Amino acid sequence: MGNVPGDLKYTREHEWAKRDGDRVRVGITDFAQEQLGDVVFVELPKVGAKVVAHQAFGVVESVKAVSDLFAPISGEILETNAELPQKPETVNKDPYGKGWMIVVKPSNPAELEQLLTSQQYEEFVAQGGGH
Amino acid sequence: MPARPLTRPEGRWSTGSLVNTALKRTPLHDAHVKAGARMVPFGGWEMPVQYAGIVEEHRAVRAAAGCFDVSHMGEFEVDGPQAQTALQRLTTNDVGALEIGQVQYSVLCYPDGGIVDDLTLYRLAADRYMLTVNASNIDKDWSWVTEHGVGARWRNVSEATGLVAVQGPKAEALVGRLADTDVTRIAYYHFAEGRVAGARALISRTGYTGEDGFELYVAAADTPRLWSALLEAGRGDGVVPVGLGARDTLRLEMRYALYGNDIDATTNPLEAGLGWIVKPAKGEFIGRDAIEKVRAAGPARKLVGVEMADRSVARHGYPVVASRGDSPSVGRESAPTSNPIGIITSGSYGPSVERSIALAYVPSAQAAIGTELGVEIRGQVKAGRVVKTPFHPSRVKK
Repeated sequence: MGNVPGDLKYTREHEWAKRDGDRVRVGITDFAQEQLGDVVFVELPKVGAKVVAHQAFGVVESVKAVSDLFAPISGEILETNAELPQKPETVNKDPYGKGWMIVVKPSNPAELEQLLTSQQYEEFVAQGGGH
Repeated sequence: MPARPLTRPEGRWSTGSLVNTALKRTPLHDAHVKAGARMVPFGGWEMPVQYAGIVEEHRAVRAAAGCFDVSHMGEFEVDGPQAQTALQRLTTNDVGALEIGQVQYSVLCYPDGGIVDDLTLYRLAADRYMLTVNASNIDKDWSWVTEHGVGARWRNVSEATGLVAVQGPKAEALVGRLADTDVTRIAYYHFAEGRVAGARALISRTGYTGEDGFELYVAAADTPRLWSALLEAGRGDGVVPVGLGARDTLRLEMRYALYGNDIDATTNPLEAGLGWIVKPAKGEFIGRDAIEKVRAAGPARKLVGVEMADRSVARHGYPVVASRGDSPSVGRESAPTSNPIGIITSGSYGPSVERSIALAYVPSAQAAIGTELGVEIRGQVKAGRVVKTPFHPSRVKK
């Protein structure tokens, strides 16, 4: 199921969230990038846009598939990864690092606690949660 | 991140749909699983969509060579004194021009000019031929040819036949090392019989990638041995196994039609750009009158190559809309305001052209090279342009 870092929180839609003070960085998991295959296009919202937990905030396309990106938490977009439009393959190469997608200022930080721990996410994937 | 419903050929990326005992398997199924291929349902078959990754496999074929399991495709043999007459009636190309040892690309049409299937036709002997048809159409084609190809003897040898394609600039040297005949003497769209890795094979200089290469027809039981011999002998040259994902991106860059995407029962050969395989001068064939009417009037729509301005992928079934000229709103963010003028039939990122490319049916008036158009993607109109095809230069041995 790929690499699942212990210090991140996860969604059942295969996004990760990392708290960094009052900001939360968001990307897709190693399992997700592996399942998608070669990522060729990433569509992200503009800085300042609002995202809502469990609702789509963007799209990732691989050669063979197009998938919605779901927000782990509600809030305002502070940053988007400006490298991804030119280098979408970064998502495959470094999903937890340079392949990050957005940074959110949470409007309700308690939502973070409702996300899966790394252990819960591993169990979810192992039980066939990949679809 | 649940996948949206996708178009052919690979469908959803999830692994959950793999547990389906109704799917047929090729003689290489175990080899694919052992090699770590991702298996997916395709046209009723469980097939490898990728091994190392679609882009990497695509580039390996263009730079070195790749081996493709296409054993799922169907093969029919037809023989007897009436075989040629039956084939002339069934297919649009001129079977009379086909020599022994030669291959011909052709289509089967319905009386209204719609396409039953596209195929390659092999002349094995004076009155013996083989047809290779699409896997998902085997049953439909078999009914069609036996119903309308009366007077000839038909044999469906699909299950007994394995088929491996070896494609890429290193294919000739690789197949040459394993063959007991001089494969350099086999011209494009010709074939020879011989042994490859000890297996009796029909060695055909054909393919679906735009690269030089061969398609090797062997007995189903010999296919695993041939497959492992090719990969082993080619390892030093960078030869890799290639799945259906890269097969699709390779053929798309060449603008080769895919049945079910770009051509089907609702498309005629002329609008699909296949006029070169329609030979009305040969005499009567099924669909001739309808196709000749289209030719006289000119096709109302045409299949064209489209290049997208950004990297978003125009996929099968997406609507094509007219460009609003030099209005500044045309482009990434504009909302759709007009009715569709056409439809995308195939689309992908093209790993060799490094752009998002597609095929689309558009009105003939909007089919000229350079025409600006829009593609509706997830509610937004994205800019595209009609371009020359193939998208990537062909390197087949002409």
